Amino acid sequence: MWKWFYQLASPRYFYGMSYRLIPWLSSIALILLVAGVVMGLLLSPADFKQGNTVRIMYVHVPAAYLSMMVYVVMALTGAIGLIWRIKMAYVVSISCASIGAVFTLIALLTGAIWGRPTWGTYWVWDARLTSELILLFLYLGVLSLHSAFDDKKSADKAVAVLALVGLVNIPIIHFSVEWWNTLHQSASLSKFEKPSIETSMLIPLLTMIFAFKFYFFSTLAHKVRAEILIREKQAKWVKALISGESS
Amino acid sequence: MSVTISLIKREISVVMRSQSEFIYPLAFFVMVTSMFPLAVTPEPLQLAFIAPGVIWVAALLSLLLSLHAFYQADYEDGSLEQLLLSGVSGYSIIVAKAFANWIVTGLPLVIMAPFIGLLLNLDAEANLVAMFALLLGTPSLCFIGAIGMCLTMGLRNGGVLLTILVLPLFIPVLIFGASCVEAASVGRLYNGQLAVLGAILIFSAMLAPFAASVAMKISID
Repeated sequence: MWKWFYQLASPRYFYGMSYRLIPWLSSIALILLVAGVVMGLLLSPADFKQGNTVRIMYVHVPAAYLSMMVYVVMALTGAIGLIWRIKMAYVVSISCASIGAVFTLIALLTGAIWGRPTWGTYWVWDARLTSELILLFLYLGVLSLHSAFDDKKSADKAVAVLALVGLVNIPIIHFSVEWWNTLHQSASLSKFEKPSIETSMLIPLLTMIFAFKFYFFSTLAHKVRAEILIREKQAKWVKALISGESS
Repeated sequence: MSVTISLIKREISVVMRSQSEFIYPLAFFVMVTSMFPLAVTPEPLQLAFIAPGVIWVAALLSLLLSLHAFYQADYEDGSLEQLLLSGVSGYSIIVAKAFANWIVTGLPLVIMAPFIGLLLNLDAEANLVAMFALLLGTPSLCFIGAIGMCLTMGLRNGGVLLTILVLPLFIPVLIFGASCVEAASVGRLYNGQLAVLGAILIFSAMLAPFAASVAMKISID
């Protein structure tokens, strides 16, 4: 078990392992996505009040969920890098940033599109929306801080510190709908209680969430591999790999 | 403790030697707030309506401007590195810097705020609450700003980046600070918002120096 962890910290091992993992991750993501889209758009019932508009949920909720999950992954891998000085952890951490920013953007955009017919407005300065916007700013901060450093080692560490500081925002986003009673509805999914959402909508929603998760992991693997190649371009195995591929 | 106190004395005397650092943020605060009546409306009722937000945003920006003076010069002439080498913990360096930063820029803003409030037609109670809210809120800004400053002080164009990094983290203080003053000006209860400001202060004063000192070591290294 421990040996596997040590191996994971080696870029070369990670590169090889992720190559074998990606087909699995992306095919699971694709199957779940097709199933989720078919169930969500065709088989699940329309909402009593919102009609077919409710189907935006099957994109909006997974994207919002992922936007927070990716941030936590980014901050925790950053912390692992800071504490145990593992290079690979930093690579994973910074690779999360742009993916997470895109998920946040999707969540905000689909939320705006959903808000127009149901709330009558694209945007309100509601607690959930504002904190999600701050999340986007944090992602942008992480990305711009990382690109500002010439030295990648300091960039990695600095970004990890910033990501950990920004972690404060995650519980605020999560609990914002309970702490402030504003326009955004409260959570319909919970790990501990029976969800308040109807089963016929819950199943496609969960399928979509898992599809998004697997999509995230496969995209992350792609990004990490690219980042490894850039960082290890002086290493023998990378040189051999590239010259082998080009010839 | 005594180390921290002598560090605070050092910070204040270094900054006070060039009086501009003390005057600039205050002048900025007064000027920015006086732009709003000219730009939005000189109508007293409407001014009172926007006053809480104006005061808070201006205070936040002038504190953001002041951060530079406390970290950048020390970083560039190497005295920050010497301080760290002398065995003083990064934590107490940050605590001293943030505290001195607050004494030199935060406190004058707190004292100046009621006069700005008068100009913006805030009533007496709201004015007092604004002062109290700034008293609780501005130290948190100094602590949070220290993190951003320590992350960016080694960079060439750190100034803009500092704004991008720090403003999102300032937002909670801004929201509760401004809503506290706004609640007072329309006669609602405001002690909840004050309590949250106090909680943010405790939280940031305890934890921000850790993050900032780690960031400082990364920047120096």
